Amino acid sequence: MTIDLANQIVTGLLTGLVYSLMALGLSVIFGVVRVVNFAHGEMTALAMYAAWALFTWAELDPLLGLPLIALLLFVLGYVMQRGLIDAFVAKPEHMQFILLVAVAIIMVNGSLLVFGPDAHGIQVPYGFDTYEVGPLLVDKVRLLAATAALCISGLLMLFFRRTMTGKAIRACADNLVGARVIGLNVKRLYAVTFGIGAACVGAAGALLSMLIDVMPSSGPELTMLAFIIVIVGGLGSMGGALLGGILIGVSEVLAGYFLMPSMKGMFSFAILILILILRPQGLMGARK
Amino acid sequence: MSRQAILLGLLLAAFALAPLVAGPYLLSVLVVVMYFAYVGQAWNIMMGFAGQLSLGHTLYVGLGAYTAAALFVHLGVPAVFGLFASVAVAALAGGVVGSLGFRFGVKGVYFALLTIAFAEFTRILFEHIPGLGGPGGLFLPVGDRSGIDLVHLRGHPLMFYYLILAMTAGIFLLCRRLVRSRLGYTWLAVREDQEAAAALGINVFRAKLAAVMLSAGLTALGGVFFAFYYNNLFPNQAFGMNRSIEIILAPIVGGLGTLFGPILGALILTPLGEGITMATEAMGFKAAGIKQLCYGLALLAIVKFLPDGVWPWARARLGLEPGDGDGEDDR
Repeated sequence: MTIDLANQIVTGLLTGLVYSLMALGLSVIFGVVRVVNFAHGEMTALAMYAAWALFTWAELDPLLGLPLIALLLFVLGYVMQRGLIDAFVAKPEHMQFILLVAVAIIMVNGSLLVFGPDAHGIQVPYGFDTYEVGPLLVDKVRLLAATAALCISGLLMLFFRRTMTGKAIRACADNLVGARVIGLNVKRLYAVTFGIGAACVGAAGALLSMLIDVMPSSGPELTMLAFIIVIVGGLGSMGGALLGGILIGVSEVLAGYFLMPSMKGMFSFAILILILILRPQGLMGARK
Repeated sequence: MSRQAILLGLLLAAFALAPLVAGPYLLSVLVVVMYFAYVGQAWNIMMGFAGQLSLGHTLYVGLGAYTAAALFVHLGVPAVFGLFASVAVAALAGGVVGSLGFRFGVKGVYFALLTIAFAEFTRILFEHIPGLGGPGGLFLPVGDRSGIDLVHLRGHPLMFYYLILAMTAGIFLLCRRLVRSRLGYTWLAVREDQEAAAALGINVFRAKLAAVMLSAGLTALGGVFFAFYYNNLFPNQAFGMNRSIEIILAPIVGGLGTLFGPILGALILTPLGEGITMATEAMGFKAAGIKQLCYGLALLAIVKFLPDGVWPWARARLGLEPGDGDGEDDR
C-alpha cells in the first residue's frame, strides 16, 4: 500500500510539473500585462489538438513537435494581444473577462467543429515503458514530460534574468511609468509577453497531450486548473507557479486515492478558497 | 411623464400582450429573455451598484433552485413556502462568501476568483449528494399543465410567462428605488472610492455585505423559477461556470449599472442565440458548435465596439437624457 501510494505521489508530482509550465504562462501574462487570461485552458487545449494532429497525420512525436507548437502559440498570443487585448489593458476587469470569455467560446467551439466532441489521445511507442527506481515504478512518458517542463521553465527564468528583452519586460511589470520614460516600447513588449505566456501554454499542451486526452470541454477545466495553481503559488510569481503545480498535482492524486477521484476538483477548490482568504498573495507571492 | 417611463410602459405592454400573437416557441424564448433580464438585474445590484465583481453568481441560482426543489420533492413543501428557505440559504451563502472575502481584504480579480471557487466547490459537492440526485439530476414531478396553481408553482406555461414578467418588472422597480435610496448612494460611494466612503463614516463592510446578500437572495428567486419551470436540475447546469457567464452577459452587454441594461442585453443575446441557430440550420450547417462559435464572434464584436454596453449608446441615439428611469443619475 505504501509503495502504491508513493507511486501515486510521484505520478502527481510529475504531472504537476507539466501543469506548472501551463500555469507559468498565466502567471507571466498576469504579472506583466495585468490581464487575467480566461482563455488559458482553451489555448492549452488548442496546443494539445495541434500535438495530436502532428502525431496522427505527420507521425511527429509530441516532444519533437513541441518547438513548432510553442512557436505557433507564440504567434497566436502575440496577435491576440496586439489585435484584441491591448485595447482592453486599461479597461475594468469585467470587460477583460468578457472579452477573453468570448475568445474562449470561439476556441472551444472552433475545436468542436474541427475535431468533434470525442476525446483524442496520443499513444507514443514508448507509452508503456517504465523505469524502476528502487521500489518505485516511474512512467517514462511522464518523466520525460516533467523533465522537459522543468527545463523550459528554467530557460524562461534565464530569459527573464539575462536577456535585454527579458529585463525590459520585467521593467514594465515593476514600474510601467518608468519603463515608458526610458523609452521602452510597452505595446510591443506586452505582445511579446503574451506570446511568451502562450508559448509556455503551447509547450505544456504538447507535453500534456501525452499524459491526458483532449476534448473541447478540456479547455474550461484546464483554465480552472491553471487559476488554482497560480493563485496557490502566487499570481505573478514564477517559482510560485512551479510550487503550486506540484502541490495541486500531488493533492489531486491524494484526493483520488483517499476519497473519490471525482472529488479531486473539490479538494483543489477548497485549497484555492483557503489560500485566497488566508494568503491572497499566494504561497510565494509578495504582498502589494 | 418622462420619455423613459413611456419607453418602459411600451416595453411592459408589449411583453404583457405578446401571448395574444406569439406561439409557444416564441413565448418560451421570451421566458428565457425575461429570466436572464431578472437574474442579470439581481447580479447588477452587486456589480453595477456596489462594484463587487461576482463571477460565480450561479451559486445562488443553484442553491435557490435546489433548496425549493428538494423541499418540494422530499417533504412536499409548496414552492410558495420553499422560496423563503431558498432566499435564506442563498443570502446566507452570499453572506459567507462576502464576509470571508471582504473581511480578509480579498479584492478585485481575487474576489472574482473566490466567487468562482465557491461556485465550483458547491457544484462538485452537489454531484456527491445522493439525496439530491447527484450528477444524475433532481427531477420535479410534472403535474397538471393546464391549471394555475401558484402555491405549488405547477400549471400552464402561460402562468410561468406572467410570473417571470411580474418578477422582472418587480426587480426593475425595486432597483429603481434602491438606486435613489440611502443604501443606493452608499453603494455608489463605495463603488467609486472605498477609502473616501470609509472616511465619510460609511461602514464599507456592511454596505458591501448588504449588496451581496440582497443580490444573492434575489438571484435565488430566479433559481426557484428555473427549478419549477424546467422541472429538472443538474449540478453541472445549476452551478456550472457557463451559467455564471450567461448570467453576467446580459447586464454587461446591455450596460453595466443601468436599469435598462439587463433587459436590453437579454433582449439582444437570447434572440441572437436563437437566430443564429435558425440561420445556421436554414443554411444547412448542422455541425455542433457552429451556433456557439457565431455567438462568441458576435459577443466579441459587441464588447469590442460598444464597450460601455448597448443601452448608453442606444439612449444617445434615442435622444434620451441620462436621468429619470434608468438609474444613471450622476453616473
